[in-house]
Amino acid sequence: MKGLPPVLITAIVLVLGFAACAVQFPNIASTRVVGNLLTDNAFLGIVAVGMTFVIISGGIDLSVGSVIGFTTVFVALVIERWGVPPLAAFLAILVLSAAFGAAMGAVIHVFDLPPFIVTLAGMFLARGASFLLSTESVPITAPIYSTVSDFALRMPGGGRLTAIAIIMLVIVIGGALLLHLTRFGANVYALGGSRTTASLMGVAVGKMTIKIYMLSSLLAGIAGIVFSFYTSAGYSLSAVGVELDSIAAVVIGGTLLTGGQGSVIGTFLGVLIQGMIQTYINFDGTLSSWWTKIATGVLLFAFIALQQGLVALARRPVTKSAGVAS
Amino acid sequence: MTALLPRRGLAQILALIVILAVDRVVSPQFFDLRLQDGRLFGSLIDVLNRGTPVALLSLGMVLVIATRGIDLSVGAVMAICGAIAASLADSHGLPVVLAAALGAGLVCGLWNGFLVAVLGMQPIVATLILMVAGRGIAQLITEGRIVTFSSPDLVWLGNGSVLGLPVPVVIALGMLILTGAVVRGSALGLLIEATGGNARASELAGVGTRAMILAVYVWCGVCAALAGVIAAADIMGADANNAGLWLELDAILAVVIGGTSLFGGRFSLVLAVLGALIIQTMNTGILLSGYPPEFNLLVKAVVVLAVLLLQSPKLSGFAGVMARLRGTKP
Repeated sequence: MKGLPPVLITAIVLVLGFAACAVQFPNIASTRVVGNLLTDNAFLGIVAVGMTFVIISGGIDLSVGSVIGFTTVFVALVIERWGVPPLAAFLAILVLSAAFGAAMGAVIHVFDLPPFIVTLAGMFLARGASFLLSTESVPITAPIYSTVSDFALRMPGGGRLTAIAIIMLVIVIGGALLLHLTRFGANVYALGGSRTTASLMGVAVGKMTIKIYMLSSLLAGIAGIVFSFYTSAGYSLSAVGVELDSIAAVVIGGTLLTGGQGSVIGTFLGVLIQGMIQTYINFDGTLSSWWTKIATGVLLFAFIALQQGLVALARRPVTKSAGVAS
Repeated sequence: MTALLPRRGLAQILALIVILAVDRVVSPQFFDLRLQDGRLFGSLIDVLNRGTPVALLSLGMVLVIATRGIDLSVGAVMAICGAIAASLADSHGLPVVLAAALGAGLVCGLWNGFLVAVLGMQPIVATLILMVAGRGIAQLITEGRIVTFSSPDLVWLGNGSVLGLPVPVVIALGMLILTGAVVRGSALGLLIEATGGNARASELAGVGTRAMILAVYVWCGVCAALAGVIAAADIMGADANNAGLWLELDAILAVVIGGTSLFGGRFSLVLAVLGALIIQTMNTGILLSGYPPEFNLLVKAVVVLAVLLLQSPKLSGFAGVMARLRGTKP
């Protein structure tokens, strides 16, 4: 492929953007702001790692936002109303969300249905279930929550690297290792390249599909726990629209939406770019928050158009028909 | 005219009748209609009225899906056009308001169509851009506030009545007939289906597939604009955050319930609208039964899964049985 790899372009955009912000508001270039940026986007980063696997494998997962919402409500109710120890509650929700993802993967594979519509049903299901549990915001007062919120590593310059930011960084690194260094990761790329070829080469397509969606939902569950740490509450309407933010982060990070190409590091940079836009708007003060959406949309367009150009260059006779993600 | 009411609609009609019957059990006065001030009132009319936005959206969506595409941006387009209509309503006449709102919808559709047809993006990705950015644009127009208006003309569009029927229902009916006449009255519908069936083969056979794809996205945008105007007129204001929120999913669901395959290649306008009515009848039924409206999402999830499994290629044996029941070839 000619030209710069997409990840590098993402990195350049991030650095240039950050430099531009720092020129205008010198205070942005401090570890305090960067620490807050990591904390505020911790749950998004975690969920976007899972989305990267799904999208590289040629699928899409629209249910992650709802799974986060369900997780926060479930955790809050189980800890506060039923008095279950928090760690047991976390274990339960992780098993539950992994099973949920596995079920979606199984439906996608066994019935040969578009992931888009299956995970859409999953989205309705998880959101509906969290509404059923509680429509009110449930505050969490368990001691572990204040311990975790207070925990932070001091960075030079007064910034705080909070526990949830550390969890996010660990998951990003773990996800990158899993994707780039293991057989599982290689199989994910193979699936996204071509399902038929992958299956002919001996990849167990069904098992892989189930595992990939399981991973995505599991990470969404972890993101939900992190989100409940972040807000110290469980609310059934939390994280609405996060699936779009994470898809945007993945695309901005240079992952091909048709599958077969991409990286976890790129996704992480994509999350940081979104966080940077938000931070800039906060600093500016006169811009309203809706500019985040518009800027994200513009970036999405720029990166997709760029990918389209690269793909067209890579294989000249483009005969791909326009289609729903399948 | 068999094209407008195909025999394969039997399952959907049966489903609607069953849900209506359930609603009747839940709420004994469900079928009551009364005439007051020259307008019909009753739960049935309410279902039609509330179902109008989704029905309009599904009219555009069904054509897009028939070309093997999808339009995720319709909810955001509704918000944009509702915002435009609301901010112009008190200073301009109805024709200007409508023209501006529908024009905006047309431009949105043109943008989506351009990305898909000319740049060759995957539809789900191309329309995702406007879905994300659109709500921001709508908030830009309303400046983050909920814009209210009192223009009687626009209010009439949402709450008035023609021949006893609410205006939105009449508009939706008119759009259905117009779309049906254009698409099924000419070869256009066939060409759209050909594009969805196999874009490359159709292109080689001389179908202007790019023009077809562009046209369906534009139409989808216009339908979404109309739905947005009606939604704004209904509440006499535009809420950029919540107008049309999640309705893209309802519209897709309506189309899927209507038996249109997500893999493109065949579609039915009437059944898509019927799908929208089925969804609304379920919503109203849940509301009347006294269950919390939160059940809506769960019920929808189950319905999506059920319909999907029926459509699944892997269950073709079962689908064959269904097709024989419906009296058509599988």
